[in-house]
Amino acid sequence: MPYNLTVNGKNYAVDVDGDIPLLWVLRDTIGLTGTKFGCGIAMCGACTVHVDGQAVRSCVTPVVDAAAKQITTIEAIGDTPEGKRVQQAWLDIDVVQCGYCQSGQIMSAAALLAANPKPSDDDIDAVMAGNICRCGTYPRIRAAIKLAAQG
Amino acid sequence: MSIFDRANLALSRRQLLIGASLTGAGLVIGLRPQPSAAATEPFAPNAFIRIPLEGKIAFIMPSVEMGQGIYTAVAMMLAEELEVGLDQVVLEHAPADPKQYANPLLGDQITGGSLAIRGIYEQMRKAGATARIMLVSAAATDWGISPDACKAEAGHVIETGGSRRAAYGSLIAAAASQAVPQEVPLKAASSYRVIGKPVRRLDSPEKVNGTAKFGIDARPQGVSYAAIAICPHFNGKLRAVDEAPAMAVKGVAQVVRIDEALAVVANNTGAARKGLAALSIEWDPGPSATVSQAELERRMDAAIDGEALRHINEGDVAKAEAEHGPVHEFIYRMPILTHSTMEPMNCTVHVRPDSCEVWVGTQVMGRARQVAADVTGLPVEKVVVHNHLLGGGFGRRLDVDGVILATKIAKQVAGPVKVTWSREEDIRHDCYRYLNYSKVTATLGPDGMPVSWRHRVIGPSVMARWLPAFTKDGIDLDQMAGAESPYQIPNRYTDFARHEAPDGMLTGNWRGVGATRNIPPIEGAIDELANAAGIDPLDYRRRLLQHKPRLLAVLNLVAEKASWSTALPEGKGRGIALTEDFGSFAATIAEVSIGEDGRFRTERIVCAIDCGQVINPDTVEAQIQSGVVYGLSAALYGRITVENGAVVEGNFDDSPVLRIHETPPIEVHIVPSTEAPGGIGELGTPGVAPALLNAIHAATGKRLRTLPIDQTDLRRV
Repeated sequence: MPYNLTVNGKNYAVDVDGDIPLLWVLRDTIGLTGTKFGCGIAMCGACTVHVDGQAVRSCVTPVVDAAAKQITTIEAIGDTPEGKRVQQAWLDIDVVQCGYCQSGQIMSAAALLAANPKPSDDDIDAVMAGNICRCGTYPRIRAAIKLAAQG
Repeated sequence: MSIFDRANLALSRRQLLIGASLTGAGLVIGLRPQPSAAATEPFAPNAFIRIPLEGKIAFIMPSVEMGQGIYTAVAMMLAEELEVGLDQVVLEHAPADPKQYANPLLGDQITGGSLAIRGIYEQMRKAGATARIMLVSAAATDWGISPDACKAEAGHVIETGGSRRAAYGSLIAAAASQAVPQEVPLKAASSYRVIGKPVRRLDSPEKVNGTAKFGIDARPQGVSYAAIAICPHFNGKLRAVDEAPAMAVKGVAQVVRIDEALAVVANNTGAARKGLAALSIEWDPGPSATVSQAELERRMDAAIDGEALRHINEGDVAKAEAEHGPVHEFIYRMPILTHSTMEPMNCTVHVRPDSCEVWVGTQVMGRARQVAADVTGLPVEKVVVHNHLLGGGFGRRLDVDGVILATKIAKQVAGPVKVTWSREEDIRHDCYRYLNYSKVTATLGPDGMPVSWRHRVIGPSVMARWLPAFTKDGIDLDQMAGAESPYQIPNRYTDFARHEAPDGMLTGNWRGVGATRNIPPIEGAIDELANAAGIDPLDYRRRLLQHKPRLLAVLNLVAEKASWSTALPEGKGRGIALTEDFGSFAATIAEVSIGEDGRFRTERIVCAIDCGQVINPDTVEAQIQSGVVYGLSAALYGRITVENGAVVEGNFDDSPVLRIHETPPIEVHIVPSTEAPGGIGELGTPGVAPALLNAIHAATGKRLRTLPIDQTDLRRV
């Protein structure tokens, strides 16, 4: 039975098993490759997307659980006020290096700011500790979130 | 002097031959004009620049982008001399073509060893200048004036003091018919317009909006998706499997068997992974099945006092030891490490009867093409490799095992197939930084300063496999990089005790290469000797570096910036480490505190570096921070273990890496310089672990010589 997904405001009917992680449906079935695979066990955050505004790890989210909900990926996060501010701050601070983890970092940061517009260092740590960056962009991620929080 | 400096000498003749065959005597590689067939053909005066009639100028990148900022730096170097703005260009990955895109220092199309800018700084500026001279010459001829009466600016040739101006695009046909200049004068550093100024990375926008394409994002028409299981045991084989449970999964099309692995192919990676998980695979574990971590460590310990090959022998160490004694001995033990790039290994391959296409992110384009040719049996010119952005390199993508594996699988699949390794496969089948031990022995003179220094390096020879030109008489020159230490010690002796990983366990290059192995024992030992002499470790190093002004300068700068002379309260400590490699110099001070629980916290890392001429200062800061985080991660957590001939760890749960809440403030101070540019991608990594070990000693009196750092109880002894 196909599942109906709403991704970035567009509707897709996808014919996959319900337990297939949303990540692979986004990347392979729909072709939105901005969301990345990193670990498959929700330990690295590279696959972070928003489902009904909440940050989730799409590598462990069965597609059946995301059906009929609003899914937002990195490709459209700039349409939200927090996402736009975060992306701009990422450019202003020049956060990225290899860039592979940054979709997930930005999705986590946008969700953080949506829930907590003025996060403290501890707030940033608590949320962003779920996103690994092997290039070590952490100091700039912290700075960029603070910049984005200034509006 | 780093390994790569030495190797360059060895390679120079071969390099000259490559250059001569391509360009004729006296010309730099790649500066051969490509005659334009028609007026609308883009002007491509060399392999790095393509100027179209209209629209943006294409810069073709000889090095690959894995986060180190090289694409932006290459564009800056080309733009500097071509006289265009960075907003007037687009960047392209180079094709696999080692003749055109070899790094002159490596003689191959390789991005690694922090050698990119060192190798191409002059080449890129000359490429830009050559194109500009030909464009100016074209305009001057058209206007009937001397080229000296023209200048180039922002993609235009302008009549100096006159009113005529021509866009580069309008000059392409005429420029292509100009003589290629034999003399290509380059700007003095003092007149740089782009180089040395902070520039925003050109690859940032696509990396923040999800459109950047990494190898794993390749989606050629008709692609299918494979999940793989590689035999977990070194050199093991696939024995048997019942394919039915995988084939029953919706979307699964095929199970592919090769000698050492099995792949499930489906219409999406999730279905392929589900199919793979449904299988009970029988492996033939092979001859290494009994190998355990304890056994590997015993073998390394035995090798410490085994046979070794002499490398450096200055003065008379034995005599100094006999005269001065006692001999201080320090043994440092370093673990097996993974790279754990954020983008797991992957490769997409389409094998056709008469050709092969490969989509991958690799540090070794030419090798990727070659192995695809080898596996398919096709001539190398029938293989096309599409390079991509790399989701981290760190040395992992200097090996092409992933290309070999994917091509073997693709031979059995109709149409292109994307092979994506799980994180578990990525960690259990890395090209590991293997166990590396060091034994340093030294004697002190009456003034407490060292008079003899021996350093035995025990570890595998990666270069014997990976780049034999970097070996000499059985010695791996990368393993021995800097083992003699930068310090002024009259009698020095180094040797190499080659000790390989078990058969089938691939060992490779890891960020910081030789320096990350040798700096921890060197900087630990120097610190211990300073302690033994009762001399402040900063002052001790200063006295031993009077012959190294650039290293001394970064040491003095870091001491000032980290307030070395200001005492710290009880339970805190600072440690220093110096790195001289990659044509650059770094001094690192770590400041730690010990908590009530006996664990330490890194309060702050301060770095002072001299990397010669800076291309993009913002990138230099980012790369040093990056190297520090990578080193910190390894110092705290990096340790792979082996049981039953297989790697035990498999994901970020049991093989953790540093996260944001564990990352201290990292200060980077750059010494201004117009010396030749040095490398920066690896410069920050080697000094982190020894600076931490030395800081822990300063805070606790405990001297740790084994990595990763054992946090069991660091309370003061």
